[in-house]
Amino acid sequence: MRWSALRIYAMIYLAFLYAPIVLLPLFAFNDASIIAFPLAGFSTRWFEQLWTTQALHQALRNSLFIATLTAIFATLLGTCAARAGTMPNFPGKRGLLGFVMLPLVLPEIVIAVALLVVVRQVLDLTLSNWTVIAAHTVIAVPFSIAILNGAFQNLDPSFEEAAMDLGETRWGAFRLVTLPLVVPGIISSLLICFIISLDDFVVAQFLTGSNPTMPVYIYGLTRFVDALPLIMALGTVLVTISVSLLVIAEYFRRRGVARAGLKDTGGFL
Amino acid sequence: MGIFGRSPQARAALLSAPPFVYALLLLAFPLVAIILISFWTQNGLTIDRAFTTANYREIFSGPIYIWGNATRWGLLPLSLFVSATVTFITVVLAYPIAYFVSFGVPTQRKSLWLFLITIPFWTSYLIRVFLWKVVLGYNGVVNTGLLELGLIQEPLSFLLYNLNSVIITLSHAYAVFAILPIYVALEKIDRSLLEASQDLGENRFTTFLRVTLPLSVPGIVGAVLIVFIPTIGDYVTPELMLGSGGRLVSNLIQAQFLQLNNWPLGAALAIVTMLAVALVSLAFILLNRRWLRGRA
Repeated sequence: MRWSALRIYAMIYLAFLYAPIVLLPLFAFNDASIIAFPLAGFSTRWFEQLWTTQALHQALRNSLFIATLTAIFATLLGTCAARAGTMPNFPGKRGLLGFVMLPLVLPEIVIAVALLVVVRQVLDLTLSNWTVIAAHTVIAVPFSIAILNGAFQNLDPSFEEAAMDLGETRWGAFRLVTLPLVVPGIISSLLICFIISLDDFVVAQFLTGSNPTMPVYIYGLTRFVDALPLIMALGTVLVTISVSLLVIAEYFRRRGVARAGLKDTGGFL
Repeated sequence: MGIFGRSPQARAALLSAPPFVYALLLLAFPLVAIILISFWTQNGLTIDRAFTTANYREIFSGPIYIWGNATRWGLLPLSLFVSATVTFITVVLAYPIAYFVSFGVPTQRKSLWLFLITIPFWTSYLIRVFLWKVVLGYNGVVNTGLLELGLIQEPLSFLLYNLNSVIITLSHAYAVFAILPIYVALEKIDRSLLEASQDLGENRFTTFLRVTLPLSVPGIVGAVLIVFIPTIGDYVTPELMLGSGGRLVSNLIQAQFLQLNNWPLGAALAIVTMLAVALVSLAFILLNRRWLRGRA
């Protein structure tokens, strides 16, 4: 390994990226209600408090419900778009699919505010978990498309043609040949969309109904000084979940790349 | 066979329809609605639907939103300044990393590096912002650590509740957005061009300046836009890092919708902000058009 200046810079940069996250477990297991050095000693009492806080469990259930449905809807729509992207062009296809990617470059607050206006002023509906799901799906679809584009573009179209020459219907060819090859991409997309929804605060704050989601609940906690260690413990749990899901998603993405017989060159985006 | 028997183009169109219609209903339609409501006015608890430019006149008159006065900037220019600073810092710090991963890491290790860089980005945004507050606060990690080591006598007060902390936090949060586009642009560069340049007598540094850097401009422009545009709308970081006193335009938009309950004014503010961001972005693209031309 060569220790060039660039490599040292890269190491420092990585340390900067991870620095705040490393502090999470440090203070989550710290036996003190203030967040400061020196550490007081090991304790799991903040995790025990998490376990007994009912409002938190309700928020978690909401978030899991929203994230699961968002992941499914966004991946279904993303699959359609990514599949269409590999098929022959029709007039306006690029514009159409480009428009779906727009949320990537729109500030989240604009999407949130615009949807709030539609839901409350135009349609006059009440805010609920479903309004959050609808909005999260808008935000997650571009990510799903970005992941699935990789999976679909890696496919050799002659596989499906061969299946149809051998007597399969178009749907049969897709189900038996294409689908198994893109399943790793689909799983990876489901997981990423799940994480996006689980982590999102901005859209949830505007569109959540009477039951807050997890991030909205955490945000409420940040006003209370004595809740700080509790947030640290909760953060530790959330980060552990996110990182585990990411590792699984990355595993499936790599397997997909390997299945398609390609060399791995990039990450998720 | 119905729809399955049609031409490939027709089937592609049919498949594009669900995501497009969804985006039309939940993106295009809401954006039109927000433009519409910005020309209405809030009248107590109800909204007066008579067309008026009152909200825009309020934004463009007076010092609060745009013009500022001798002692403080208008909110919109201040927000643009913060976003531009964050963008500059983020992209300048990100470029060497993207360069390192693209040129300094063996091919089979690249995806591991990218994975390591992206992990922090996928952890709860709110928690990350909050952690910076814990790090930089008056009784925070930096201050208590330095006090403990005897390096300072009293806590440093310039770390939190000012724009520095907002800029540090946002630069950390958007780092990945800057690295990836630059990395992709660097990966596309034909390596034989670099050899050719060195064969023709350039050294490594001038090769970088005259070949690599110009060819990576599309990635830099992409990175700048993808950091600059969302940071303007970020109200969580200023709210947590500035306390209740300091505010940026995004906080005001949020407040008009969730606390002050003046949606039309909030909508007009959001639109003015978006237009300002679009203008700055377009100007930036035009400035760099020389290097963007002919390379998609």
